[in-house]
Amino acid sequence: MKIASLVTAALLAYAAPAVYAKTINVTPGANAQEKLQEALITAEPGDTVQLGEGKFVLTDGLSLDVNKVTVKGAGAKSTILDFTGQQGAGEGLLVTSDDVVLRDFAVENSKGDGIKSKGADRIVYHNLRVEWTGGPKETNGAYGVYPVDSTDVLIDSVIVRGASDAGIYVGQSRNIIVRNSVAMENVAGIEIENSYNADVHDNVATKNAGGVLVFDLPNLPQMGGHNVRIFENVIVDNMTPNFAPKGNIVANVPTGTGVMVMANRNVEVFDNVIGENGTTNVMIVGYRFPHSDKTYNPLPSNVAVWDNQHMRAGWDPKFPGGTEIAAAMGGSFPSIFWDGAGGAVSAPVIADNVMALSLGLSDLAADPGTAKPAPMARGVKPAKTLPAIKLPDNMEAAVK
Amino acid sequence: MRLLLPALALLGAAASLSAARTGQISQDAIMSSAAPATLSEFGFFDGDASHPSAELIPYKLSTPLFSDYSEKQRFIYLPQTGVLKAEEGDGRLDFPVGSAIIKSFGYPSETGALKVIETRVLLRNATGWVALPYIWRADGKDADLRVGGARVPVHFKSASGTAKDINYGVPNKNQCKQCHSTNGEIMPIGPRLGNMAFASKADEMRLFAHLSAQNMPVMKWAKWDDPKSGSLSQRATSYLRINCGHCHNPAGSASNSGLFFDGKDYGPANAGINKRPVAAGRGSGNMDFVIDPGHPEQSILIYRLKSLDPGISMPELGRTTAHDEGVKLLEEWIASMKANKT
Repeated sequence: MKIASLVTAALLAYAAPAVYAKTINVTPGANAQEKLQEALITAEPGDTVQLGEGKFVLTDGLSLDVNKVTVKGAGAKSTILDFTGQQGAGEGLLVTSDDVVLRDFAVENSKGDGIKSKGADRIVYHNLRVEWTGGPKETNGAYGVYPVDSTDVLIDSVIVRGASDAGIYVGQSRNIIVRNSVAMENVAGIEIENSYNADVHDNVATKNAGGVLVFDLPNLPQMGGHNVRIFENVIVDNMTPNFAPKGNIVANVPTGTGVMVMANRNVEVFDNVIGENGTTNVMIVGYRFPHSDKTYNPLPSNVAVWDNQHMRAGWDPKFPGGTEIAAAMGGSFPSIFWDGAGGAVSAPVIADNVMALSLGLSDLAADPGTAKPAPMARGVKPAKTLPAIKLPDNMEAAVK
Repeated sequence: MRLLLPALALLGAAASLSAARTGQISQDAIMSSAAPATLSEFGFFDGDASHPSAELIPYKLSTPLFSDYSEKQRFIYLPQTGVLKAEEGDGRLDFPVGSAIIKSFGYPSETGALKVIETRVLLRNATGWVALPYIWRADGKDADLRVGGARVPVHFKSASGTAKDINYGVPNKNQCKQCHSTNGEIMPIGPRLGNMAFASKADEMRLFAHLSAQNMPVMKWAKWDDPKSGSLSQRATSYLRINCGHCHNPAGSASNSGLFFDGKDYGPANAGINKRPVAAGRGSGNMDFVIDPGHPEQSILIYRLKSLDPGISMPELGRTTAHDEGVKLLEEWIASMKANKT
């Protein structure tokens, strides 16, 4: 029954545009830049821009501004958009239209972000690879895939490696699913920032400096990040030394962080495998920098952590005062910690079967040296309260 | 130069007379839903780029966008009975259907004459604006539509005499929109009475003849490089507005940055003062703030304006060389700010 309904959905999704849709084939070779960019400009709603096998050697950023276009390659290994020689634009591929599907190709070595989509509702990123092939370097671009300011975002079966900020980053958006994806050797593996309603599940975040981040920052058009579920992910061995350029918020993520929740409300972290993270497996904190934004809440609230499988954590905490606390606790920092700022309102519910610590900081401005660490009482496993994110059927059909 | 102005004015007057007779510009081409393949189809030029149609009204901007030291020639075309509305404030112009804005970019050749590389047109049709880039042929007789953009090697000497070799970027059609975008719709950027200048009174009068209200007060922008026109801060504001504000505003391509330079007051953080970067990546240059008051050398804004690396440089489009004079103005401005207490 389920399969039958999926097939129907797929047929419906493809049937509507099929009447007019055409396929524009583009192959690598001389003039790849102009040919591909022209295809992306002349495509009409319903069209597919089919990228051939091989390496497209590009000299500038590409962009798509036509609704309902699919950009499809021959596979994330075999169709490569190579931006090694990029001379301009802030990203490899920029999408600014709605109902776009990007699938089955790779973006390599873009100078800035890999693929950015802004104000692009119902966008699907599927079976893509975004990679800086020299591995982790400060000179790599910031984000691998970067949907921002969008409603309905699906990231499925995407691998990102080498981003000097977040591999998979979703910012200032609503209704988001990130799943079946791999983020490795980035500063942050997966980051959900200033966003509402996100499910992050069945991903692997490994060899980043921080595995999965849920952040909210001040002075932005959309603030008040909330309703985020992190579940059934493998978040292990995030021990690549943080290589973000200073000044960026992720430069402050301690190397060896599994999950980090900052200044969000209603966050559920459950059923993950988290471990081999030298600082800690789960960190819940407020936004500590001075800011002047009266509409911004720098404190977390209603964060719950349960039923996660923990492996080793805390043997090399990389934040001020961490080593001292670890020494005081017998050599190892706990698997879960909260900064303690904000008092009871901000206190997370921790129901995992590991040691959880409150640093007992009086407020966000408090010097970490004044921490009064104290174990947190084991919480009662809460009922799941956040609903699963449901995206429009045609988005799901696009990845079937 | 001053002596030339009356002569230009006479030419302008003569030109407008002849314009009334010929009427060579094609309204159909401007309104067409299909993009004309060649620039000549519009009739904006009598042959080459150095002979604009007499129907066009030339204008300048007192504070222009920096585009790799290219020289720009700007023109407005208005249908004969078209009515221009000027908004309150700095007089942003609202163009009637059938209008066009034409901008040519080029560099002086060996002989000193301007060699035009490309001409960009903004066309106001019944549903909105369309932006198209045309690249001139080697013989200079016509220009071809190149929606995919291009890179053109250019050699020129800067004002100080240094030779520069750059890979000048002709924007693709999408990139036109990236800068000219307001809530996802294409909009003109330059034509605001408060920042417009004319080579002659005659040109100005030709434009003003189309205005719906003749005597509306207009807030004049300070001219970025003229200390007599305004304070350091006012001149820096003009520079940021025209060079950054088209994307960095709440409805522009960089709205998600929360960093706004459109001349409105959103408070210090949104103007970059002590604002931490959000998605700058290595654009942060290991610095903490967009503008660190008193410290241009620690300000991300300056770092990104100086950089030629596409992953760092700002603006993202249309710049492959740094604007030394503009950077100097902003450095002086940031240096003049009261530093944070440490």
